[in-house]
Amino acid sequence: MYTKGSDLIKIAKEKNKRICDVVLDYESERTGKSKKEIFEQMRSVLKVMIDSANRGLEKEVISISGLIGGNAKKVEDYVKNKKTISGNIINKAMARALSVSEVNASMGKIVAAPTAGSAGILPAVIITAAEVLNKNEDEMVEALFTASGIGQIIAKNATVSGAEGGCQAECGSAAAMAAAAVVEMAGGTPEQALHAAAIAIQNILGLVCDPVAGLVEAPCYLRNSSGAVNALTSADLALAGIKSIIPFDEVVDAMYKVGKSLPFELRETALGGIAATPTGQKFMKEIFGE
Amino acid sequence: MKLYGVFDILGPVMIGPSSSHTAGAARLGKVASKIAGDDFYKVEFYLHGSFAKTYKGHGTDRALVAGVLGMDPDDERLRNSLEIAKEKGIEVIFIPTDLGDQHPNTVKFVFYKKDGKNVEVMGSSIGGGNILITEIEGEKVEFTGEYPTIIAKYNDRKGMLADISKFILEKDINIANMKVTRNLQMITTAIIELDAKVDDEMVEKIRNIKDMLNVIVINPV
Ligand code: SF4
Repeated sequence: MYTKGSDLIKIAKEKNKRICDVVLDYESERTGKSKKEIFEQMRSVLKVMIDSANRGLEKEVISISGLIGGNAKKVEDYVKNKKTISGNIINKAMARALSVSEVNASMGKIVAAPTAGSAGILPAVIITAAEVLNKNEDEMVEALFTASGIGQIIAKNATVSGAEGGCQAECGSAAAMAAAAVVEMAGGTPEQALHAAAIAIQNILGLVCDPVAGLVEAPCYLRNSSGAVNALTSADLALAGIKSIIPFDEVVDAMYKVGKSLPFELRETALGGIAATPTGQKFMKEIFGE
Repeated sequence: MKLYGVFDILGPVMIGPSSSHTAGAARLGKVASKIAGDDFYKVEFYLHGSFAKTYKGHGTDRALVAGVLGMDPDDERLRNSLEIAKEKGIEVIFIPTDLGDQHPNTVKFVFYKKDGKNVEVMGSSIGGGNILITEIEGEKVEFTGEYPTIIAKYNDRKGMLADISKFILEKDINIANMKVTRNLQMITTAIIELDAKVDDEMVEKIRNIKDMLNVIVINPV
């Protein structure tokens, strides 16, 4: 069993396996279910992810409150019609992350990964990386096991809840999970995968949770798009050979401590950050009355 | 402590936007309606805390109604549940209120049944789509709906639990948790959480036990 990133690397090395295999092995051992059954259940998770990442590209999806919507389509059209600054891969990933956020906010079907608020990051990153690297569906499912392993360790040693640890715990964890998954998908080592995860968390350490009107809409949709970019670039840095000078496990501990020390106002209460701005307050009144 | 399962991390598969305000609310509605039985024509929802403040923006109202109509948290009809309830002739009323010292995401359901009875159920959405049922007909209970659950009501007498457990054992099912309470009228409520799904034959046998008043079965949603 593993409870730390260092365990994951140790087991992977001893058994000469990838993180995704170690995670699948343990899930089978833990639940008594066959690996095949678990793998197929994960495939159905992937399918929901793909649907939710595509829906907003095809047509405008608007949130229930009307606060956000149609942004995934805007980016998709922009990629098709204009020369982008940061390139089509980055833009595609952002569009997909926005799509999942919009589907979520419009009461569509999504997979919490690890939460509903941060649900866009992992699908966007896995789908986009698979496109670039020419990977098939099975390889995408494998990547979801890598991501789960990172998520399990963060949830055990820290938190993935915005109310507890701020947005760094939601969108930061999602980006770390996605970054590690892409590294393995691209053929990187377990060490490189954990470096990528550690880098992704450090990039957004301290990020607060400040949803406007208390709704999982804004700034959540933007943080899904930036979280996807964070994951992709962190994966690239790790694959290029950059190491996080602080080990993954210590970064996770730091994230937890930072989360605990965030004031109550900056942990999902909608009392601080952009939620507390005059315009944020105005939206709150418009949606809920006094 | 054990590690979270991979589908706790990548999951639940749900209708957005919030696992506690939407997915949990749908599960609460579904479990509550199983307790009430399905012959109701009107449901009142007393919303407490964060549920009272933000139920519209999070679609908690739609999720609760979807649940009482029997939908699962990942049912895509969830967002249209208010319209579906109307078509079915079920009246739904939302009442923001203060239920006292409760979890911030708490709702009390009152089901109005065709036979003239009302059934009250209270529960909370405690995070990540998980729920806790805390009160049935004014009596304190505590179960999560994660396990197949039997709620048995009977006139208190010796050996009753032994009789019930016998039929559970017959099916080779393990009891995970059990809680028994008795009210002033000497009516006992036993809440029995099991490790495996409940089948009809077993329930029938338990229903036919002498002094049994009512048996409700809730399989996980
Ligand atoms: S801002 Fe808060 S609610 Fe929005 S995604 Fe981040 S943690 Fe979740």
